[in-house]
Amino acid sequence: MKYQNNESWEKHQKEIANDNYYLARSCIRQNFFPAAEDLFMKIIRNDVGKNIFDDPRQTTCTGIAYHSGVIPFETTMTVVARQFALMTEAGFENFVCSCVTSFGIYSEVIETWKQFPEKEKEAREILKRTTGMTFEIPKNVAHTSDLIYKFRNEIAEKAKFKLLNKHTNEQLKVVDHVGCHYAKIFPERGVGGAEFPYVLAGMIDAWGGAQVDYPERRHCCGFGFRQYLLKSNRGYSVANSKIKFDSMQPYKPDCIIANCPGCTYFLDRWQYVIAEMEGITYGENGMGIPVLTYEELAGLLLGYDPWDIGLQVHQVSVEPLMDKLGIQYNADAKYKGLNNEDLGQPVKPANLQV
Amino acid sequence: MIMTLYDELKKDIRYEEGMKACINCGTCTAVCPAAAVSDYDPRQIVDLVQKENEKDLEELLKSDDIWRCGECLSCKTRCPRDNVPCYIIQALRALSVDKGFFIESEQGRRQLAIKRTVGDHILEYGYCVYIDEVTNEMYPEQGPVWQWMRDNRADVLQRLGASYKQDKAGALRNTDKQSLIDLQKIFDATGGTARFDKIEEASARYAAEHGIDYSSGHDEYFNKTYNGD
Repeated sequence: MKYQNNESWEKHQKEIANDNYYLARSCIRQNFFPAAEDLFMKIIRNDVGKNIFDDPRQTTCTGIAYHSGVIPFETTMTVVARQFALMTEAGFENFVCSCVTSFGIYSEVIETWKQFPEKEKEAREILKRTTGMTFEIPKNVAHTSDLIYKFRNEIAEKAKFKLLNKHTNEQLKVVDHVGCHYAKIFPERGVGGAEFPYVLAGMIDAWGGAQVDYPERRHCCGFGFRQYLLKSNRGYSVANSKIKFDSMQPYKPDCIIANCPGCTYFLDRWQYVIAEMEGITYGENGMGIPVLTYEELAGLLLGYDPWDIGLQVHQVSVEPLMDKLGIQYNADAKYKGLNNEDLGQPVKPANLQV
Repeated sequence: MIMTLYDELKKDIRYEEGMKACINCGTCTAVCPAAAVSDYDPRQIVDLVQKENEKDLEELLKSDDIWRCGECLSCKTRCPRDNVPCYIIQALRALSVDKGFFIESEQGRRQLAIKRTVGDHILEYGYCVYIDEVTNEMYPEQGPVWQWMRDNRADVLQRLGASYKQDKAGALRNTDKQSLIDLQKIFDATGGTARFDKIEEASARYAAEHGIDYSSGHDEYFNKTYNGD
């Protein structure tokens, strides 16, 4: 009997606003995938035709510090209140954040205020006293991957490529990694809930690829907040990522997509570390499995230049995936600056082929 | 009236939300990434805490155990009785810092290094992470591509359309002064600054008692807690 898991997913849908979004940027994505959020906005504005606002006054949600135990929840709630106040001042009602930790934080604050109304009152009073600001709670809170999911069929219609191997015409095998704080905290706030998170799998289906249903599919990438942030604790992080790589490798995935900035970073960088420390590589010919964000994959399929969207700053090379897709790219331009300026090249790793 | 540790723990909404009634089934431990790679056992911690023994609680607050959770919250999804071991850990960590107990354990002492990185970055840059602070020496797993990007960051970030060091919307822009002032005021009014001060003050006492150089930034105490040597 075939397991009809997609039918289960369809029962767990969430409301995602149709237009006019206030964007909250991610601490991690701005640094490690610095073109990803702007690519996301280009797709939403130019390819999907929706309105999104990038506010220069926004800040962190403090989620990484909160989940590492160095600041109290009251601080986080009031910083979140300030973010909502900025959204209100800008005239928006739909809040979309680029970080999965932030998505968990915004969801947690709103749910906490429902359960403990005195905490909302306290946050409002402190925000007013310290900054003079007031706010409305967003009508809709979404993660950026929710929007790409919502418009996945429109993206498919405009795409120049499908998730097919141009040499064999077989579906490309794509691992989806959904960040823990997307749906494990508040399942009803994630597409497909915690049991059948469909937010990334839906993109794979719509864009012609094949999902990889491997045993450790739902296991954490191993960020662990304070466990990664300290060099002395980092073994926790790489060990958990390795559990996932060892589990997915027999299925020979062509790429991994993740919706959490941290997960994307760890699944990329820990492949390099495992190769250099243990001599183990998970891709073909001594290379790694390419790891992309959801909008990076959408961008490739839509025909954006890979070096315009920042794929050169991934440690695991994405060329094997582009070769399978049949995407033409200028290898000589990979590490050039503006106007073809020569910026040298990264040192090649000892074991990981790039 | 003297407050017991349990009196204080029960004031924390994270504890109120996280502790219902544990049936010791161990589902949390089975699904826990920390338990997968260490001796951490959330079932044992929840069971110990729900027994409400003041002496055992104080011992727990001074131990490494409460610092091993990675706060992925996989336990929240799976507990059949709606307990949230991670929320209980959050409340235990807050109380451990508040009482100064965190310096009694090696893992607890490491809070100083986190405060001086992501904590201080928020008030300096407006975000928890900032490229100028992420060196390959501190984060060797970043690898050679990051080293190349960081060495050429002004050019690479311009090529990628970021707003690095610029006063306009975009990735890695300068956070405006008023926003940083707002953050500082919020931290002062909500206990964020007070927690930072408690971490620094207790760490300074421990450093003085153990002859470790302690000042600010990446001093000897920071390096010991960050690197674990």
